[in-house]
Amino acid sequence: MIVAERKPISEILDMIKDYHRIMLVGCKGCVTVCNAGGEKEVGILAATLKIARKKEGKELEVAERTLERQCDPEYIEQISDIVDDFEAIISMACSVGPQFLSERYPDALVFPGLNTKFMGGALAHGVWAERCQGCGTCIVHLFGGYCPITRCSKSLLNGPCGGSSNGRCEIDKDIDCVWHLIVEKLTRQGKLSNILSVQPPKDWTTSRDGGPRKVVREDLA
Amino acid sequence: MKSESKLEKILNAGHFAVTGECGPPRGADPEAIRKKAKYLKGMVDMVNVTDNQTAVVRMSSWAGCLILIQEGLEPNYQMVCRDRNRLAMQSDILGAYSLGIKNILCLSGDHQRFGDHPGAKNVYDIDSMNLINMVKTMRDEGRFLSGAEITVPPKMFIGAAANPFGDPFEFRVHRLAKKVAAGADFIQTQCIYNMDKFKKWMAQARDMGLTEKVYILAGVTPMKSLGMARYMKNMVPGMDVPDEIIKRLRGVDKKRQADEGIRICVEQIQELREIDGVAGIHLMAIEWEQRVPEIVESAGLLPRPEV
Repeated sequence: MIVAERKPISEILDMIKDYHRIMLVGCKGCVTVCNAGGEKEVGILAATLKIARKKEGKELEVAERTLERQCDPEYIEQISDIVDDFEAIISMACSVGPQFLSERYPDALVFPGLNTKFMGGALAHGVWAERCQGCGTCIVHLFGGYCPITRCSKSLLNGPCGGSSNGRCEIDKDIDCVWHLIVEKLTRQGKLSNILSVQPPKDWTTSRDGGPRKVVREDLA
Repeated sequence: MKSESKLEKILNAGHFAVTGECGPPRGADPEAIRKKAKYLKGMVDMVNVTDNQTAVVRMSSWAGCLILIQEGLEPNYQMVCRDRNRLAMQSDILGAYSLGIKNILCLSGDHQRFGDHPGAKNVYDIDSMNLINMVKTMRDEGRFLSGAEITVPPKMFIGAAANPFGDPFEFRVHRLAKKVAAGADFIQTQCIYNMDKFKKWMAQARDMGLTEKVYILAGVTPMKSLGMARYMKNMVPGMDVPDEIIKRLRGVDKKRQADEGIRICVEQIQELREIDGVAGIHLMAIEWEQRVPEIVESAGLLPRPEV
């Protein structure tokens, strides 16, 4: 899923300081799963913003809507009848949300309520970790099921670097050295030969480096 | 000869090589390099010029190399993958060679988290292994990484780093083998303090036939003080400083710790020289170049060979 985190309240308050009628738009996709922008978080943010504004002696009217997804035009459409009633919209989706809302409603002022962090998964309740950078050419099977591009701090394809110490990354003792994990796993599986020859330079054309990307499925489009 | 490097000539002739290091200044003053060069001239066969080491901005390595050439020293151009993509690397290699730089050390580079610009975007388009192979392809096949032909190929002697003290230990020699397969002509190791572990790693390298294929220069760094030894032990990732070193420095008066550090270093060099497959030493006297002549002389490594 896409993992996101709500922006600090002070930042959100600053974004909407000139407005009195706003709408918070949540998303029932990834950000609901990672407890950042679902119906519940929309409710909490609405209450928090109202209390904060009341303290300043300024009223704030906040409407709450949570869409099935904000990355699909058909759901974005569901607020078309009310969008004009508000001075500002805060999207509580990943960064796709505010962009899709802005594209569909060009006159609306749309603000991001979340910081989109990464593609990853939950390690434990309340803990998420990055697993994919969307390079466009998956090669995790070569590395024991680990992605060195995402999980090595230097994205080395021929690690581990000299800074690997006791299974930890040189940049932070809380970060696993993914190359240590790769070596251990492949040794256990008897597949160390996978990484004994030099992995050639990555072709980044399928990544963001090849320019903004698009997927077109001829059979569906 | 694969290159026009003086280091290659010295190693090919069977001499025990001595290489040094020079960290460029945090400013545009060439005198800082010239001053260090004076201490190193005649003492070492080649001088590495670091490339924004520890991710702190300094004068560029290639510029430092050119100043060393003006001073009559043979430079080794360090290049890290952190700051440049494959285009920038290849053009810098061509430029460096065109101005007389004949050695290169291919490194991944310290992560910018440690440096003075932690907010920088890192590159790591290719890694050190790919960089080694890229320079080899440029030199031996006269081709860019893209396959396109190079009009005048850069005939550089290709170096790589190895850290026998990084984890997982058993994989370290395999990584060395990969660097050799990628095209490394010589290796400069991380600073060695844990001699037993280094010997074990060298034995693995010999068993795999690697010492027949690549020149291994053993890295040494003299300790200036007990404080430095503690810092190296506890703060520098991938550094293995045994307690005996700490104890020895602690055992002498604070004013004599520097001399003790030099003594330890000379003993280490003598011990390293006896190890089968060690082709030389890489002496990294960090901001302590003025003590290099004393170390090299005490270790019996003078005069340096003329080739």
